[in-house]
Amino acid sequence: MAGQIPHTEQTDSEAGKLGMWIFLFTELFLFGGLFLVYAVFRAKYSAEFHTGAAELNALIGTLNTVFLLVSSMTIAMSLTAIQKNKLNLALLLITVTILLAALFMMNKYFEWSHKFHYKLYPGSEVMRNLPHGEILFFGLYYMMTGLHAVHVLVGMILLSVNLFKIRSGKVTSSNFLLLENSALYWHLVDIIWIFIFPLLYLIT
Amino acid sequence: MSDMSDKENGNYISYLRYQGKYRGILSWLLSTDHKKIGLMYLYSITVFFFVAVVLGLLMRLELIAPGKTIMEPQTYNGLFTIHGIIMIFVIVIPALPAIFGNFFLPIMIGARDVAFPKLNLFSYYLFLTGAILGVLSQFAGDGPPDTGWTFYVPYSAESSTNVIFALTAAFILGFSSILTGLNFIVTIHRMRAPGMGWFRMPLFPWALYATGWIQVLATPIIGITLLMVIAERVLSIGFFDPSLGGDPVLFQHLFWIYSHPAVYIMILPAMGIVTEIFPTFSQKPVFGYTAILISSLAIAFVGYFVWGHHMFTAGISVGSRWFFSFLTFIVAIPSAIKVFNWISTMYGGSIDLKPPLLYAISFIFLFMIGGFTGLTLGALAANIQVHDTSFVVAHFHYIIFGGMGFATFAGMHYWFPKMFGRMYNNKIANIAWGINFTGFNLLYFPQFVIGIQGMPRRYFDYLPQFQTGHVISTIGGFILFIGLILMVYNFVRSKRVGEIAPANPWHGVTLEWQIPSPPPHENFDIIPEIKTKPYFFGSTDENKSS
Repeated sequence: MAGQIPHTEQTDSEAGKLGMWIFLFTELFLFGGLFLVYAVFRAKYSAEFHTGAAELNALIGTLNTVFLLVSSMTIAMSLTAIQKNKLNLALLLITVTILLAALFMMNKYFEWSHKFHYKLYPGSEVMRNLPHGEILFFGLYYMMTGLHAVHVLVGMILLSVNLFKIRSGKVTSSNFLLLENSALYWHLVDIIWIFIFPLLYLIT
Repeated sequence: MSDMSDKENGNYISYLRYQGKYRGILSWLLSTDHKKIGLMYLYSITVFFFVAVVLGLLMRLELIAPGKTIMEPQTYNGLFTIHGIIMIFVIVIPALPAIFGNFFLPIMIGARDVAFPKLNLFSYYLFLTGAILGVLSQFAGDGPPDTGWTFYVPYSAESSTNVIFALTAAFILGFSSILTGLNFIVTIHRMRAPGMGWFRMPLFPWALYATGWIQVLATPIIGITLLMVIAERVLSIGFFDPSLGGDPVLFQHLFWIYSHPAVYIMILPAMGIVTEIFPTFSQKPVFGYTAILISSLAIAFVGYFVWGHHMFTAGISVGSRWFFSFLTFIVAIPSAIKVFNWISTMYGGSIDLKPPLLYAISFIFLFMIGGFTGLTLGALAANIQVHDTSFVVAHFHYIIFGGMGFATFAGMHYWFPKMFGRMYNNKIANIAWGINFTGFNLLYFPQFVIGIQGMPRRYFDYLPQFQTGHVISTIGGFILFIGLILMVYNFVRSKRVGEIAPANPWHGVTLEWQIPSPPPHENFDIIPEIKTKPYFFGSTDENKSS
């Protein structure tokens, strides 16, 4: 241990959680910029936003909402499980969460490729010929769901890391900050979707 | 205390000599010690600063005579863009929190490190990546970006130059800034020494606290805005393109929602530094402690709601124009409160006119010129006349360079003995200050004058009547450059051969002066317990008697 850093990290799990909460605020503001742009254009082109929203498949959207809501529940349950030292249950619940996230992404993939099939993507000929409001609607659709999907992927990676850390005994019933923060992140992913879903799919 | 200041003294190993897990250069590059990270920022920022200074000087040379002097117009466009991007995103926004915040925040609140040391190192590498990308944008690909640092659409969506490089650089730098701010907020919340309540915290940490919140809450907006411009360029997504139904003015709103608060990211820590310097060199408690910290928070808060004053000529409604103009004037109040407090701190004190105080006093002077001309710009009628003229250029250089820059120099002269354990040469420092101050005013003051007369900013060419102003300005630029070189020479030389610094050369009373110079690896053997308000120059103070 000679020369090893006895760098007392005075940090505690409270600090870790506070840091995570502040980080989540920055994420909210990041999406906030998009919601702001949405608000401006929705006010300007409300009729065209309605016709644009009619193009989206509300059924897929609803399914995805259900997936995310349930996954939020399972990740919360896994946190309780680990606090009660039921490691296997926690592992199972995290795996279920990741699977639900994968289902969400799969739906998203089909949804997007369906639109790509009709050449409905930013910059395409079809898109260019739409009315202005619809161009912006689909621009926002791709930007918001795209950025959200990136967050889902990051969340999946975080949760997978937790699987390994629990197996290797780094995340335990007395030291579960990583899982708690990942769960917080996952709730963020969920809550942003809760707003994106009605704003894009349900405004017809 | 003073016998402990000797580096070679067996009592402790200074952080500079401490090696940890890795040897040699890696003991720096992979160190999570906040002090080493602070120094790495210092060195990198100095290098980038001189890159941007040279770009600025080239611009000044071009402007010494009307017409083409040394470069093509397109080169000039590239120069002012990259000068702005480097100066703003790589230097003035991160510099003070990253250098002095990293180095002194934990020490001043009696902690051994920041809350998340690894994250801190990660921020540094994000910073370095962004900075290098920014410089690369000048050389790689399709030529230097030419949009100006503001990336205004529609031009930034259409320009055939390397705009994406520059946008990505700014995005990464923003992320680094967020993480630093987050780290500091948590550090201040969780790691103050026992007994240090919020109102016993020195004012530099307070300024960093206010800054941290702006970094965290405003930077994501620029992040998403830059992403939207990238999407605009790559995917023609149309948010800012009128031919697809978008709105270019919307970009300006989003851009300034961040970039105006960013001005306070620049100036608040600068104010924090001079607030440390005035009490020490007057040997008197700071005047109006509470007023200063509340005004920091007030500036941070009101600063969010004034962005529209950048857009008075962009066609926003009359109602919002007077609203933003009014709020802009409101910001002057907390700023003025601080100025009065600094002056009152000196009043009746035993003033010791050392280089740090010289720089701090010139900070007040230059900041006030910058501030008053800011009110000229904030007034609706006057704004129409001076909008986008070199008056604006002079105004923000007075605030950013005269304010933040001179405060950085003040902080450097103040804390240099603590950081490196050596004293610098006072005489050279004073001479360099004189040259810097003269050069600075010669460089920027004429730009106020020709600005009012109608010299536009960002123009490569100008009418002959503006030449006198431009010539004086260019001469000033070179004088300033000589001063900067002299100052840096003094530091570099003193770091090697300067006199050994005592633990407390200025008789300061904040915590950083109670530990040896340079500080040991973990700052404090025993975490101090705080029993009084800060800036308590009591008669029982051991520093005074030494």
